[in-house]
Amino acid sequence: MSLDFDALTRTSGEWLRGQGPDSDIVISSRIRLARNVAQYPFVGRADDGVRSEIESLLRDKIEDLRADGRMNYVRVDGLDDLDRRFLVERQLVSRELAEGHGARGVGISREETVSLMINEEDHLRIQVLRSGFSLDECWNQIDAVDDELESEVTYAFSDRLGYLTACPTNVGTGIRVSVMLHLPALVLTKEIQKVFQALQKISLAVRGLYGEGSQAMGDFYQISNQVTLGKSETQLVDNVKDVVPNIVNYERRVRSALVKENRQSLHDQVARAYGILKNAQTISSEETMHLLSSLRMGINLELIDDLEMSTVNELFIHTQPAHLQKIRQQELDTAERNVARATYIRQRLSGSSFEHN
Amino acid sequence: MKKCAHCSKPATVHITDIRNGEVHVLHLCETHAQQYLSGTLPAPSSDAPADLAAQLQEADDDDLAEHAQLVCPSCGITYQEFRNEGRLGCAHDYQAFESELIPLIENIHGETQHVGKCPKRAPDASRKQFELIQLRSELRSAVEDEDYETAAKLRDMIGELEGRDGADDE
Repeated sequence: MSLDFDALTRTSGEWLRGQGPDSDIVISSRIRLARNVAQYPFVGRADDGVRSEIESLLRDKIEDLRADGRMNYVRVDGLDDLDRRFLVERQLVSRELAEGHGARGVGISREETVSLMINEEDHLRIQVLRSGFSLDECWNQIDAVDDELESEVTYAFSDRLGYLTACPTNVGTGIRVSVMLHLPALVLTKEIQKVFQALQKISLAVRGLYGEGSQAMGDFYQISNQVTLGKSETQLVDNVKDVVPNIVNYERRVRSALVKENRQSLHDQVARAYGILKNAQTISSEETMHLLSSLRMGINLELIDDLEMSTVNELFIHTQPAHLQKIRQQELDTAERNVARATYIRQRLSGSSFEHN
Repeated sequence: MKKCAHCSKPATVHITDIRNGEVHVLHLCETHAQQYLSGTLPAPSSDAPADLAAQLQEADDDDLAEHAQLVCPSCGITYQEFRNEGRLGCAHDYQAFESELIPLIENIHGETQHVGKCPKRAPDASRKQFELIQLRSELRSAVEDEDYETAAKLRDMIGELEGRDGADDE
């Protein structure tokens, strides 16, 4: 079974589905587990032959998985550059997997909630992604997938250090628990710095939209655990889970204070963002993210009433470079993309439905 | 010397920010301090292997000479190569470089004993061992939270698993 890229292109994917608990602020919840097969060297030290062996061994197990319907498996090394970037934009594979080399692949469940990456930094990276604030559901699902694979594969494991990983920062549980938050009001008021400092104190990391090393775009921030050893998976899930309501309430408080005290200037900012998006003739990805972020907050605060949240969520993903080119079905350079992006946004916001050509 | 809150450079600028009567102290390097003052300081980003490599580079050079030549007999990676890349070559490295890695791991995680999932196919004895480790860890946090009801239950479970009466624990 292969992956239908055209079908994927028409939807927004799980992480921007815009549903689930607290989805006005919590975009998505994600958990990943890092695992390695006992008898092989780690990926960085494996030559092409060994990488192929690992790929075919794990691929067989993934294709037999029954945890979430049948997996669609793709050899990432067999995809062209555009398709790889497309999967990164959808949060189904990491940049590391997309830009790696040698035999590597990803198994993706039909609903795009589960993805299993082979030969990333570790032999296997299992990821579960859900819309909204749903870490418990993520944990239950990923625990079941891990158990099922574990009955077939012997993982590298030690009594003292737990699951052994290529980087000692992941050793132990190999778990990364994260939530993606949309925090425009905290950014606008610069209160976000206080959040960063508070999180740092309790050893939680803050990252941008596309994970490690990426800039915060469109006021999206990922919060995740840093420690992976010496605490159980459920303790680590709870650490992240406990802090999220505080940040969500902080963002909501600042939003309502803004509405109360600066309603006119806030409304102005949102309306100008809407105006630019409806009229621009050429627009960069960065500016688009920035303006869509205002629009998203404007809808949540009922400052805009003629636009669906689902349209804005779709625009976030469809205006990314690879998605835009997949929708246009042609390769475009930066300048051409900026024109195509502006055209696409104008069509979506003017209410006329966009035709795939 | 304190490190910058945004990178591994030494913090040379110490900012005390008082807003709405709340005091915040920030320790930053020259570059990040300027960004903070001009309001363009990005969210702290983190690239784990690169950060780790940077952290390792800072270690004392004398220390380096002593351990750098260590080689893992299983995958052939040297400790020096790991220090440069921040990534290990195989699972056996954790044994081969044990005396170098354990202090590093303690520095990163604050702990050196795994608590949590254990492969289902592991021998019964080591699974029981893990259950005990996990229960003891939960007991510690219950006591810290002054949740004595849960703590009592956990003590009973630990006692049972150890194959003796929980009351003997005193």
